[in-house]
Amino acid sequence: MTETLKICDLHVSVEGKPILKGVNLTLNRGEVHALMGPNGSGKSTLGLALMGHPRYEVTSGSVELNGEDLLEMEVHERARAGLFMAFQRPMSIPGVKMADFLRHASTNVRNPDRKEGEDLIPMREFRKELKSKMDQLKMDTQFARRYVNEGFSGGEMKRAEILQLAMLRPKFAILDETDSGLDADAVRLASTSIAEIGGAEMGILIITHHERLLEHNRPDYTHVMLGGRIVETGGAELAAELHKEGYGRIRHEHPEAAAENESMEEETTASS
Amino acid sequence: MTELATHSGFTSESFSAFLETRNEPSWVSDLRKKAWESYESLEMPHRRLEEWRRTDLRPLRLNRYGFALEKTAEVQPEEALLSLGVELGGQVGSVDSFPQSSFLEEKYQEQGVLFGSLSEILNTHGDLLKPYFLQLVNTDYDKFSALHAAGWSGGAVLYVPKGVKVDLPLHMWSAISAGGVDFSHTLVILESGAEATLMAETLGRGNDPGLHCGGVELFVGEKAKLRYVNLQNWGMGTFHFAHQKARVEKKAQLQWTIGALGARLAKVNQHVELTGEESQAQVNGVMFTEDKQHLAYHTLQHHRAENAISDLLYKSALQDKSHLVWRGMIKVDSVAQKTNGYQRNDNLMLSNHARTDSIPGLEIEADDVICTHGATTGKVEEEQIVYAQSRGLTKKEATRMIVAGFFQQIFDRITIESVKEALAEAIGRRIREYV
Ligand SMILES: Nc1ncnc2c1ncn2[C@@H]1O[C@H](COP(=O)(O)OP(=O)(O)OP(=O)(O)O)[C@@H](O)[C@H]1O
Ligand SMILES: [Mg+2]
Repeated sequence: MTETLKICDLHVSVEGKPILKGVNLTLNRGEVHALMGPNGSGKSTLGLALMGHPRYEVTSGSVELNGEDLLEMEVHERARAGLFMAFQRPMSIPGVKMADFLRHASTNVRNPDRKEGEDLIPMREFRKELKSKMDQLKMDTQFARRYVNEGFSGGEMKRAEILQLAMLRPKFAILDETDSGLDADAVRLASTSIAEIGGAEMGILIITHHERLLEHNRPDYTHVMLGGRIVETGGAELAAELHKEGYGRIRHEHPEAAAENESMEEETTASS
Repeated sequence: MTELATHSGFTSESFSAFLETRNEPSWVSDLRKKAWESYESLEMPHRRLEEWRRTDLRPLRLNRYGFALEKTAEVQPEEALLSLGVELGGQVGSVDSFPQSSFLEEKYQEQGVLFGSLSEILNTHGDLLKPYFLQLVNTDYDKFSALHAAGWSGGAVLYVPKGVKVDLPLHMWSAISAGGVDFSHTLVILESGAEATLMAETLGRGNDPGLHCGGVELFVGEKAKLRYVNLQNWGMGTFHFAHQKARVEKKAQLQWTIGALGARLAKVNQHVELTGEESQAQVNGVMFTEDKQHLAYHTLQHHRAENAISDLLYKSALQDKSHLVWRGMIKVDSVAQKTNGYQRNDNLMLSNHARTDSIPGLEIEADDVICTHGATTGKVEEEQIVYAQSRGLTKKEATRMIVAGFFQQIFDRITIESVKEALAEAIGRRIREYV
């Protein structure tokens, strides 16, 4: 049986303000989906709501992970159930070494029933695995001794997210602009590494404004989000078109959603 | 319900009765009598005084306590944290200010090191201690310093002769029974070139009332090195008053780590006097408060000689409705040119109802000095917790990790492994799920 992440008519509000207005998307394990759309259309909101961020309130709709109700789960339970998100803006945790953080994370995700205080992956074994993953990603091992995202450059943060993806090996991964902040070489490396890590193993939702990350992760589907809805779904060629031509055609064909997207953006500008 | 010891309060009658029970040199009793006079003449601190403005003493019922007249019921002390799994060179303990069994490795005894109960050593080595005992803390500072000087009992002396290095850490603990008092005095004398590590802790539990009125005096002689740790870990019903002072001589080094976890209310004056040129003092403070605890720390780094360095870092995390006060001062005398003084206080709020008052201060009379100070107050960000949770950590585990990270900077400074571990562990256990 194929494993799926099934999103049905999802509505999400932030601080009482509706952002997602009925999103439908089915991601099978082994597939790559690209999610594109103009700024403020709700892409990160979808990711954060799926991850269970408490500020993103699901007002209606459903999400199932292999038939289980994802929305009933707490954030850490979703992670342990095999969901991962690479954050557009990862948080720093001063004083906590990347390696310690990842050792806790990996142990928890691999032993979903683990209670706090129970054994972690043995140090030696963990170090070895971490080192091999870091070698694969051409990361300096020194990196593991730094504090989580503390003082990381934009590119370093994104690479650290990919390292976490590699260590946690989720069933489903949402990569939110994991290519932004990376230089040309780093994007290429990221693109190949994601393919290597993921292969046919994961279902990946790649949120991006660019095409480069898709180079080695050719999308089976491309979705376009506008005004909190997925207004169009196509294949890899759609991503290429949007990248080349922008969202003019989409806006033109979906004037209602385009207007909503604009009003969402205006509100943000007005309130900030 | 635990049975409370009955006490007569601090009256002239009870003071006389207390003096009767003491078997000590007359110069020691004279010091007590003088201090008792001060105690009687000094007013009870109140909130109109700047130093007590933020500390409300009304819950304290002094007359419910009394001098350490007789040994109370046997107390099974809580397990010590700092000595856990550590090979010790010596240990001194007290319950309700009464000395318990103690030991000091023979190899140190042979080199002239003294480590034991203060009352005993005052009797056997009075002449040696006389120039030091109660000469460093200002016993007339306030009512509590005077009460301590009049009624001290129990406590410990560590004396390390010239050039002797005590390589194993020494441990000191004190415990109290329900309603009991701890009036212990700590006197540490390191002669020139001597080295030692002393870890002191108070052991408490529950919410039973208790009173600690203590004093600490640390003499760090020329080129001597002292690492001193004191962990205040009373139960939540204890009132804790302490006057603590160190004098650091030429080229001497002091690392002083203060931990504070317990007590219902604490008021501590921590004073470091850099008396000698090129002396160094590093002061570390690790505090964790919860419930309605109120802890107030008044620190003073007093530079009295050239080229000395003092570096103070206090870090605290606050839970529930607790309240923490830190008032720090770097004072530089006009002779103390080329002083390098630093003080910093970082607070991490784990609840919206906790409160901190963080008040750094400088008083500089020399013109060629570097003195810096800072204070920060932050909170655990929901975004940080969600981020860690998205990596499979529970909310509580995430919070613990973030709090541990906050203290990491200070743990990096503490050079005694067991102390770091004990503090990290004790703090970790106290963290509740953050909301
Ligand atoms: N935590 C938040 N607080 C307030 N408003 C929010 C929050 N998160 C999202 N929004 C609002 O929701 C809308 C969608 O934002 P979202 O971040 O999902 O867009 P996006 O498609 O990821 O855009 P971008 O391409 O710029 O990353 C915006 O109007 C944004 O301001
Ligand atoms: Mg976004």
